[in-house]
Amino acid sequence: MMRLYVEGIGLLGPGLDGWAASRAVLAGETAYVAAPTNLRASDMLPAAERRRAGVPIKLALTVGQEAFLQAGRETKSASTVFTSSGGDNDNVHAINGILATAPREVSPTRFHNSVHNAAAGYWCIAAGSHEPSTSLCAYDASFVAGLLESATQVVVDDAVVALVAYDHCYPEPLHSVRPIANSFGAALILTKQQSDKSLAVIEVEFVSGKAPETTMKDEVLEDLRKGVPAARVLPLLAALAAAKTTQISIDYLEDNHLDIRVAPC
Amino acid sequence: MGALQARRSGLVPCAFEDVDLETYIAKVGMLDSFRVRADLSAYDCRNNRLAQLCLEQDGFVEATEAARKKYGAARIGVFMGTSTSGILQTELAYRHLDPQTGALPPDFHYAETQNSYSLAGFVSHYLGLTGPSFVVSSACSSSAKVFANALRMMAAGVCDAAVVGGVDSLCLSTLYGFNSLGLVSRLPCRPYDVERDGISVGEGAGFVLIERATATEAADPMYLLGVGESSDAYHMSTPHPEGLGAILAMQRALDAAGLQAGDIDYINLHGTATKSNDASEGKAVADVFGDKVPCSSTKGWTGHLLGAAGITEAIIAMLAVEHGFIPGSVNTQQLDPAIAIDYRIENGTGKIRRVLSNSFGFGGSNCSLVLGRLS
Repeated sequence: MMRLYVEGIGLLGPGLDGWAASRAVLAGETAYVAAPTNLRASDMLPAAERRRAGVPIKLALTVGQEAFLQAGRETKSASTVFTSSGGDNDNVHAINGILATAPREVSPTRFHNSVHNAAAGYWCIAAGSHEPSTSLCAYDASFVAGLLESATQVVVDDAVVALVAYDHCYPEPLHSVRPIANSFGAALILTKQQSDKSLAVIEVEFVSGKAPETTMKDEVLEDLRKGVPAARVLPLLAALAAAKTTQISIDYLEDNHLDIRVAPC
Repeated sequence: MGALQARRSGLVPCAFEDVDLETYIAKVGMLDSFRVRADLSAYDCRNNRLAQLCLEQDGFVEATEAARKKYGAARIGVFMGTSTSGILQTELAYRHLDPQTGALPPDFHYAETQNSYSLAGFVSHYLGLTGPSFVVSSACSSSAKVFANALRMMAAGVCDAAVVGGVDSLCLSTLYGFNSLGLVSRLPCRPYDVERDGISVGEGAGFVLIERATATEAADPMYLLGVGESSDAYHMSTPHPEGLGAILAMQRALDAAGLQAGDIDYINLHGTATKSNDASEGKAVADVFGDKVPCSSTKGWTGHLLGAAGITEAIIAMLAVEHGFIPGSVNTQQLDPAIAIDYRIENGTGKIRRVLSNSFGFGGSNCSLVLGRLS
């Protein structure tokens, strides 16, 4: 079991425009109101990079920035774990189209934005961070993989870790074979030591075998959880929003899951 | 090892699919006709074929099987690095979209081929492992960083052993992409040469089985002594000109190993043979190690294996320790006089106890490994 403190939360999804604005919805205190994901380019980025930023970079930087603001930490001070089932899915689609027809002129920007760690690269530039950064994928379980990796960094390396999960839709024809329902991102600042900013303590355990997965009570939020890999974080965010001791379970791979106990500080 | 000692390079003039670029590549020829194991046929793509071909070498499957018996399938993690996974499958599928609907061919398997996780899913299934698993995709540092993931997972008690590795295979995205950046050489790449002018793209794979030092039964074990990770925070596709991120990664790896610069006997450089990488890395190595440690890039043999560079070069570094062998640098003719390190063109021999291996990637992602013997 690994014990971590949550110091900051960032959130951006359909009808979920920031943690502060969404907390009551996730706690079931106010009704969910549908709205498109409010994508915007972060003012953290220099102008040139801002112009080149696709959806993942917008998601990642917006939620990362919100979480750091809440934690009251400098963005350059933390290690980062980025996790996503895909990368920039619009860009991948465009490159495949370009390569299928002559002339195969992939622009330099398209190419460097095609790496899975593009969001991490832009973040480190924007944040001025020289700290370790990694970029993970575990298909539908990408968020869980990111949480597990972040937890080991916190517990083993005593690192302050910003975990950033994001996913967005593919255009057709890839959408039909990999339907991702919406644009969604979330960030958590995780620490080993409790501070006056700590919101909750979470205990994370990797467990072999299947277990009933914690679902969302609200039907629309449950569809979002099932429809976007990064939105597998929602039961954890709901537990954090409820601010009472809660036990949840999130599926990982075919034969294992994470048990997570959440308690307010 | 034989190819290293005989200075036999794998680089050949580019003949891959219908790529019309004048360059050299390292290509694993038999992949075109190779197929993955029948029960995993949904995973069949160039990248997973290369993964299986590599898993079948050097008694690796047997070693993993022994570890599975020792620890249990659920206690062995699988952490893999790749940059492009099975994207070639999608590139080719986009040429065969349904003319009416625009749909992908019906036999296209997204999750098992294009998705980055495909590789770790395939390896887990192939080896029958059910522990924690993910893919690190941080461009050309990917399969160096997996060593850090494995260390942390074992230290945290999430698993008792881990298969780490990396696979990247030829595809049009990387060939045309690097070409658009002006980073592809028309000649076989010449690391650290004064006239170096770019990379040669290669494909390759490597796997390493790791267990806790206290649990090993090996007579003369190889140790992962330290890992250092850092970020450049400078540019997406150009390294920091003073090698700031590289310095941090190397220093952190030494610190993690509890070693000084003078304790390192050989450095396997990232050495891509681009102007900017070798200049930046050379400054960083000179800053941390001065000009007293033998260094080389082995990319003249392998080409740039991208997401598989970290693991294959870690393995070359361990071969250097095992055989007391210092690889030189194939294709390098005249060293860049502006780089003040002990760069070796010719192969050599010597007592090699501890080695450092560098892997740096797009997005300013840096990782250094220290491997070797304890005494």
